[in-house]
Amino acid sequence: MALLQLERISARYPGAAEPVLSDISLALGPQQLLVALGPSGSGKTSLLNLIAGFVPPSAGRITLDGAPVNGPGAERGVVFQDDALLPWQNVLANVAFGLQLAGVARDEREAKARDMLALVDLAGFEQRRIWELSGGQKQRVGLARALAADPSVLLMDEPFGALDAFTREQMQELLLQVWQRSAKPVFLITHDIEEAVFLSTDLILLAPNPGHIVEHLKLDFGQRYSAGESARAIKSDPRFIETREHVLARVFSQRQSVREQRA
Amino acid sequence: MSLYPSPEPALTHVPVKTASRQGSSIYVSTRAISVLTLAVLLGSWWLVTAFEWVEPLFLPPPSAVLEKAWLLMTKGYMDSTLWQHLGASLQRIGLALFFAVLTAIPVGIAIGHNRIARGIFDPVIEFYRPVPPLAYLPLIVIWCGIGEFSKVLLIYLAIFAPVAIATATGVRTVDTAKLRAAQSLGASRWQLIRHVILPSALPDILTGVRIGLGVGWSTLVAAELIAATSGLGFMVQSAAQFLVTDVVVLGILVIALIAFALEMGLRALQRKLVPWHGQNH
Repeated sequence: MALLQLERISARYPGAAEPVLSDISLALGPQQLLVALGPSGSGKTSLLNLIAGFVPPSAGRITLDGAPVNGPGAERGVVFQDDALLPWQNVLANVAFGLQLAGVARDEREAKARDMLALVDLAGFEQRRIWELSGGQKQRVGLARALAADPSVLLMDEPFGALDAFTREQMQELLLQVWQRSAKPVFLITHDIEEAVFLSTDLILLAPNPGHIVEHLKLDFGQRYSAGESARAIKSDPRFIETREHVLARVFSQRQSVREQRA
Repeated sequence: MSLYPSPEPALTHVPVKTASRQGSSIYVSTRAISVLTLAVLLGSWWLVTAFEWVEPLFLPPPSAVLEKAWLLMTKGYMDSTLWQHLGASLQRIGLALFFAVLTAIPVGIAIGHNRIARGIFDPVIEFYRPVPPLAYLPLIVIWCGIGEFSKVLLIYLAIFAPVAIATATGVRTVDTAKLRAAQSLGASRWQLIRHVILPSALPDILTGVRIGLGVGWSTLVAAELIAATSGLGFMVQSAAQFLVTDVVVLGILVIALIAFALEMGLRALQRKLVPWHGQNH
């Protein structure tokens, strides 16, 4: 099973004096859904870009099952904030795109893509054009596309950030179902505190200047949802509210200290 | 209540009133206005010639031009029918377009994608592009003679630059997220070009072809005016020398029609090939 490891990772933008991220160490294995939460500027997206291989770290080592990460690859699937689907392909071709790139025959890859569309509740949308879909549907196609290539880990860059509150909750529940079924490790970044607390088995709080981990929480609300408890019951559970308020206080105190530093 | 004052009579009534006023007058669509303009132009052409306010030598009546068109289509002018002149012109621009598209798109992709290719091609294209093609026609004639090849080469050069530049622009503005998405699905360098960069740049490429064809067509006709023994430009030029004004007018009309048809055809092609262009996806 997949194990993603980050050892003392630092990153800086070319030409910048201050690093974006400093000394990040993480491990992400099967049955884990790791959520990185932090205010903007805390290097969340940079962290995801490093793991995806879009940018190289300035120091440290990233390995997946022992093999060092050099550049992007199909074993690390990415779901983007703005869907990044290809409008010249229909929904089915978009989902099958990864398999097409890998040279899988048409029948086989379309069968797999249909399965994935069914998994994200989009059966019957195969022939639709991308611009005919709603925001939530596009994100589901993006998720199906990443899953169809059968990656070892799934990276999600604020996947529900642009959705309305109602669709977002649906997508969170869908993600938990998919995660439960595929058993793939998921790395997700968000700035939505409730989302982070609800989804994660592991919640890391990032603070800016430079981005570093200030707290690592082990949570089980997502697992409780997967075990059959309703999302509403979990979110109104005093323990959930307590955790959420704790995280909120931590984020808030960081912001306070940043402000004091600047003043 | 005080925060949201209800926009009573003032706001609701006024638009209704104007709307009803507009409704009572005749609404004319933009297309109808355009058709009307053309009709007025044609009508005044007919009027001016019917009352013989202008010598037919300077402006022949529409009927004469139509008659001449029939004559040209069946019998011909200067040893060739209108179809043959048209065919000669279309063949030249068709050949030039074919080779220009075949070469300019790869060059454009190279310019947009590769630093070294940009260093090589950019100065060459930017140097010759602003020069009117007719200015280097004499040089081409000295080098390659006066045959078909030099005319096709001239139009080829005229089409090449806009297509290559538009392609390079399209390649350079490809959405990074789409590139990264394809890379994280395992796309190789060639697969990126084939499946992401080329389709992303297609709207720009087609715009480049549209511009190129416009420039190419005007260059072609101008080149035929100077050095040719067939083609629409040649037909107009030789008719002018003998003051056969109706053939001149007819030639100009056909040239305009072809240019219009090319533009419309490419717009239709653009709608068919890149239906996502302009869609908010």
